[in-house]
Amino acid sequence: MSALEKTSSSATTERVKASLTKRYAAEKRFKFYGIFAISASIAFLFILLASIVSKGLPAFTQTYVKLDVSLTADALGIPENATRDELRKANFSGVIKSSMRERFPDVKKRKEKKELYGLISTGAQYDLFDLLIENPAVIGTDVSMWFMADDELSAVIKSKADLTNPDSLVTRLSDNQIAWAKDMQDAGEFDVRFNSTFFENGDSREPELAGIRAALMGSAFTLLITFALSFPIAVAAAIYLEEFAPQNRWTDIVEVNINNLAAVPSIVFGLLGLAVFINFFHLPRSAPVVGGIVLSLMTLPTIIISSRAALKAVPPSIREAARGLGASPLQVVTHHVLPLAMPGILTGTIIGLAQALGETAPLLMIGMVAFIVDIPASVTDAATVLPVQVFLWADSPERAFMEKTSAAIMVLLVFLILMNAIAVLLRKRFERRW
Amino acid sequence: MNTLAASDILNKPTDKVTSVPDTAQEAFDKLTETVGTPTVENPKMQTRNVNVFYGEKQAIFDVDLDIGQNEVIAMIGPSGCGKSTFLRCLNRMNDTIPTCRVTGQMSLDGEDLYGADLDPVLLRARVGMVFQKPNPFAKSIYDNVAYGPRIHGLASNRAELDDIVVDSLRKAGLYDEVKDRIDAPGTSLSGGQQQRLCIARTIAVSPEVILMDEPCSALDPIATARIEELIDELRENFAIAIVTHSMQQAARVSQRTAYFHLGKLVEVDDTNAVFTNPQHELTENYITGRFG
Repeated sequence: MSALEKTSSSATTERVKASLTKRYAAEKRFKFYGIFAISASIAFLFILLASIVSKGLPAFTQTYVKLDVSLTADALGIPENATRDELRKANFSGVIKSSMRERFPDVKKRKEKKELYGLISTGAQYDLFDLLIENPAVIGTDVSMWFMADDELSAVIKSKADLTNPDSLVTRLSDNQIAWAKDMQDAGEFDVRFNSTFFENGDSREPELAGIRAALMGSAFTLLITFALSFPIAVAAAIYLEEFAPQNRWTDIVEVNINNLAAVPSIVFGLLGLAVFINFFHLPRSAPVVGGIVLSLMTLPTIIISSRAALKAVPPSIREAARGLGASPLQVVTHHVLPLAMPGILTGTIIGLAQALGETAPLLMIGMVAFIVDIPASVTDAATVLPVQVFLWADSPERAFMEKTSAAIMVLLVFLILMNAIAVLLRKRFERRW
Repeated sequence: MNTLAASDILNKPTDKVTSVPDTAQEAFDKLTETVGTPTVENPKMQTRNVNVFYGEKQAIFDVDLDIGQNEVIAMIGPSGCGKSTFLRCLNRMNDTIPTCRVTGQMSLDGEDLYGADLDPVLLRARVGMVFQKPNPFAKSIYDNVAYGPRIHGLASNRAELDDIVVDSLRKAGLYDEVKDRIDAPGTSLSGGQQQRLCIARTIAVSPEVILMDEPCSALDPIATARIEELIDELRENFAIAIVTHSMQQAARVSQRTAYFHLGKLVEVDDTNAVFTNPQHELTENYITGRFG
């Protein structure tokens, strides 16, 4: 407050002060933009996850119906001491249908009967077959068994809807079916259990029988091939280009082309796979081996570019130190540069593989979009992958496939998180300071 | 290629040299032969008519210089004078710079350094190098020192390797400080200790010559004094060529001193002679602090 403040420098002070408020305001605005952007993305992510989880969760449970079936050899149409093949041909559906008729003796009309049978999944006969194979002694006895309900019925029971008011239900069940279901519900003949079928089966036309196993195995095999091919090739290429290749026009051309390849639409790689690997080399169609090769071609540029960046980031002083001690060029790389670059290389690899895991378009071209019921046992078996399975189910008209779609997305996300977790662990192990 | 770009080395500031007095500059321009005695009686390394080019630009002009057995030779001169470039030619560390070209003769015990039958990897095992910035590997102290013997197969078993490591650390005057944490990372040491670790790592290979490129420029005075002491001790077993910016350091540790200026070797003689009675005007200007 004294005269000291009012000296010649006060003009500068005033100006700085005036600009300071402006500068701080700008800083505040910038901070706000940042916080807004982050909260917006978190909100969108949350909405996405919430919608997927809320839609997908019901897929992990399945309604079972209790039925009393009489397994007489006569009804099954099998001889005594039937072989496995004879059992396979047994009239299981007839047995189930007759037990349904016994449960609801009033049902006489042909159309009504058909409606009644529709309450039980067609997979019920396989459950019966399994039971007889496991325990042939039950033939000729009456057993009380839990069978899978049909998808529409299952959805209604799972949603804990009020069956007394059919109009409130969003379902394709007829009024008759709802009445029967009400009757069974009152008798305690429904049970909602964990849907292990979803993790054990391949795809199916019947939603309640459709599972994720085939796609999961397909994805695992495909990624295995992708990793096995792309990681060593890409790292070797990056090391050669970064550490050994002479700098001339050829290496420039290679470099430009690698960068261009990273930007090529993935479906083009699918066309290449179709033309080269399937049509020319006659590799099996729809097989993870072809999918893996195509996807590794797609991920190679990503891994090469990030590996080169990681190698470049290793300080030259380390190379000099090793060279100065008489390490050969390859020793310099394998003993010092590569270990230090490994965390970065692994990050790039995981980004590439995550991209490959979510890729659909190139796999459509090589036939991995086919309807595959069997679970692939090797890389040459026909298979599909998780994102393609999502695509297929999203296209299906049955309501139950909607929840399967979301559930498949959840499985895909868990797969991705697991992969990333492994990468983080590996990176931690390789991380060294210098 | 991940190498130092030649321009990085050439772009070191040289503008200070412009303040050289005219008479001295004239004397330099006329200079065709090094002042003093570049040769010694019993040389470990010899260089004759060495010219070094980075692309079109010549960095070293016709340098003749011997490095004697068991001597410390200091190379001094203003920034950009080529002393580091010359040093790095002595164990072919410049090979990795694609544009770098070396002509003339350089030899180690009479063997041509750039000859077809001399492998650069073997050469670097015989001519070790300590760098300006301490650069320990991202490994334990033990593994840092053991690395050279391991890749060259100098120890046939673990006990021998242990001996080499302990012996090298002792020679580098580091053993007592690190004997309790020999498995700790080399990077956990202080700057001065790291540099001594780098020296231990170099002598573990039992080289014949050690090249030191400003080994103390990143260190504090106490660590510097420790290293200088060490250099004096190491002279018993090795020939040492040291590039330094500090004239005091050159005076303290070396027996002979070579003064470089703009790529030419201006003067080389016994350290005492160079510092007390420089023959060339440029040398005198430099050591009296008139420029540089």
